[in-house]
Amino acid sequence: MTKHRPLAAAALCAATLAGPAMAELVIPDLSYRTGPYAAGGIPFSDGYQDYFTLLNERDGGIGGEPIRLIECETGYNTEKGVECYESTKGEGALVYQPLSTGITYQLIPKTAADGIPLHTMGYGRTSASNGEVFNNVFNYPANYWDAASVAINHLLEQNGGSLEGKTIALLYHNSAYGKEPIRTLEELSEKHGFTLTTLAVEPPGQEQKSQWLQIRRERPDYVIMWGWGVMNQAAIQEAANVRYPMDQFIGNWWAGAEHDVAPAGAAADGYLSLNMNTINPEAPIFDEIRTNVIDKGKGAGDGSNVGNVLYTRGMYAAMLAAEAIAKAQEIHGVTEITAAQMRDGMEALEMTNARMEELGAPEIGPEFSISCQNHGGSGEGLVQRWNAADGVFEPVTGFIAPDNEVIDALIAEDSAAYAAESGIEPGCAE
Amino acid sequence: MLYREAGDFKTSYGADNQTFPIRFDRWAYWVLLGVAFLVIPFVINDYWASSLLVPFLIYAIAALGLNILTGYCGQVSLGTGGFMAVGAYSSYKLMTAFPWLDMISITLLSGLITAAVGALFGLPSLRIKGFYLAVATLAAQFFLTWLFNKVPWFYNYSASGQITAPERSVFGITVTGPNTEAWAQYLFCLVFVVALAWVARNLTRGTVGRKWMAIRDMDIAAEIIGVNPLRAKLSAFAVSSFFIGIAGALFFTLYLGAVEVNEAFGINKSFLILFMVIIGGLGSIFGSFAGAALLVLLPVALKAVGVDLLGWPTDVVAHLNLVIVGALIIFFLVVEPHGLAQLWRLTKEKLRLWPFPH
Repeated sequence: MTKHRPLAAAALCAATLAGPAMAELVIPDLSYRTGPYAAGGIPFSDGYQDYFTLLNERDGGIGGEPIRLIECETGYNTEKGVECYESTKGEGALVYQPLSTGITYQLIPKTAADGIPLHTMGYGRTSASNGEVFNNVFNYPANYWDAASVAINHLLEQNGGSLEGKTIALLYHNSAYGKEPIRTLEELSEKHGFTLTTLAVEPPGQEQKSQWLQIRRERPDYVIMWGWGVMNQAAIQEAANVRYPMDQFIGNWWAGAEHDVAPAGAAADGYLSLNMNTINPEAPIFDEIRTNVIDKGKGAGDGSNVGNVLYTRGMYAAMLAAEAIAKAQEIHGVTEITAAQMRDGMEALEMTNARMEELGAPEIGPEFSISCQNHGGSGEGLVQRWNAADGVFEPVTGFIAPDNEVIDALIAEDSAAYAAESGIEPGCAE
Repeated sequence: MLYREAGDFKTSYGADNQTFPIRFDRWAYWVLLGVAFLVIPFVINDYWASSLLVPFLIYAIAALGLNILTGYCGQVSLGTGGFMAVGAYSSYKLMTAFPWLDMISITLLSGLITAAVGALFGLPSLRIKGFYLAVATLAAQFFLTWLFNKVPWFYNYSASGQITAPERSVFGITVTGPNTEAWAQYLFCLVFVVALAWVARNLTRGTVGRKWMAIRDMDIAAEIIGVNPLRAKLSAFAVSSFFIGIAGALFFTLYLGAVEVNEAFGINKSFLILFMVIIGGLGSIFGSFAGAALLVLLPVALKAVGVDLLGWPTDVVAHLNLVIVGALIIFFLVVEPHGLAQLWRLTKEKLRLWPFPH
């Protein structure tokens, strides 16, 4: 017995050493299933994880390499986000998707120093779509300024091409996230001649009585909302209370999920919101997830979220990451890719309708391709309307293009300021 | 046996008044400092620095600061988060306005600015006390975070209102920004912690500290024996805010690198630091460290055990953390109101008599 002990110990050592060294694709999931933002964090994380689990179960990973998911709870808190980043980066993490603008701001300089790509899908720092300054940050398929512009373009279309003399109120989460669209909306208000009023809501946002009193008094023609978590539910409830017409109330794409409108019941019927992906619970991909993941008991959640707005978006995020991994494997001719190779894959990503159909999610997002200069994708978004009777969001429009003339100038200005502040020489990564 | 006064003769007033009257304690103190300065910097990595040691050191400074005000001078404050924000935003404005300034000066200046702001918000303490003062400092908390969110000058007119620390150095070594080495970050904080703890210890056992404690124990009696309440209370607010301002500055420049005022310096931060002081021990330097260590290490330790070792779901562990912290606070308030520091004191008493307690 004594004789074998060193052997056994050696075997144990070898096993533990071989663990991290084994070829696998490491994907950290910085999720939040607790706190005031959990309602949005849970379905997104479920979708993100279930898609990778599906690839593992059905295809044995990507290009034959299994995927290892590491979940880390951030609670939408920046300190915990940093802790999660530091504890997972050493595992060979390929890409981070923190689903928090605050954590994104922390991670932008850190990921640049560590050479790990950061995918902030429709959130984070908008000017990061300038890939020459932000080599490692990607915010495709669309960003906040695109969202603001898509909303205004939709309103322009509704009003026969002119918003002259209209008033639009922006109800925003008083944080980095909520403040992002203000600059763009100010520019657009000058260009189109509407009056913009901004109403800040203190996070987390349950208390909005005074803001809605002001809306009730001033009766703006439209209210645009930049909300997240409990703020959305409270706002929609308050809008119903002051009888603000729902068809003049547009949330951005983080303020348009089932759990946001459900508490207000029938009063929320007709609420509009943007979306960067289409909703189709009947898409073949969801059937695959149900049979290969949920029914086998391997789902990240209980499966009740499959196909809803944020689950779809989380799954779409995972799909874009998986496509980028496949692209990176193709470019570099290896299956076991590094974070730097992953970055190249993301920069060469191209999503076409044919490819999305092939993946079982037809028209889930707009067609776009990424380049060194453009890390932001096409920037297109659509408008959806809540049908309270059937409990579904129905698309009102197709994908609407943003006003790139205004946005590109703002991106160039903001990214140049960041480059100067942090001493970055703009240029494509080698 | 080892832990005793016997045989350790004090031959001067200085020796008689020293912080650690027992030889064993003195050795332990020097060994700890030796390890902290000479061993840890060589073995530290990014994870240990950013997840454990740097936040522990910074929270220890903040807890020391609040302990001076609440523990020694008896003035309850809920404005700690707001004062940390003053420190963070002062350091940001100084870093961007004077790029040639080194980080030591920036941190000290941020502390001084916070001290001035703290003394200003301490003025109501001359007329009100107890719960009413807590409410007045709560107003400071909300006013300060509102101010930094509202006035774009404080965040240099950036689109999102976030502030990001640019790269700055001390003696040619980068200490802020993403390219900072873990050991540099750690050592920079450690130097401040050791210096400030030394200052706090010597302030609290000198005239100033005795005046604070007199005010805490009974302000009318203190006034009768000649303590000027205006000076004592305002100096407590200023010194406490100086510490908290430095903690806020380091929290932003070294630890997080980018902050958003509501998120990083909200009312939750004030409560967290108050809990550190309560659990650690009111009116004790050691208690500030113990409380900070417990509340910083507990979530990380729970996560390591619960998620990494036992494979529990992450949300269960996060909720468990809240349950445990809540239970600890109630436990200490009921069983040991003087916190971990008192437990440590009792342990030392027992150790002195061990193994012959009679």
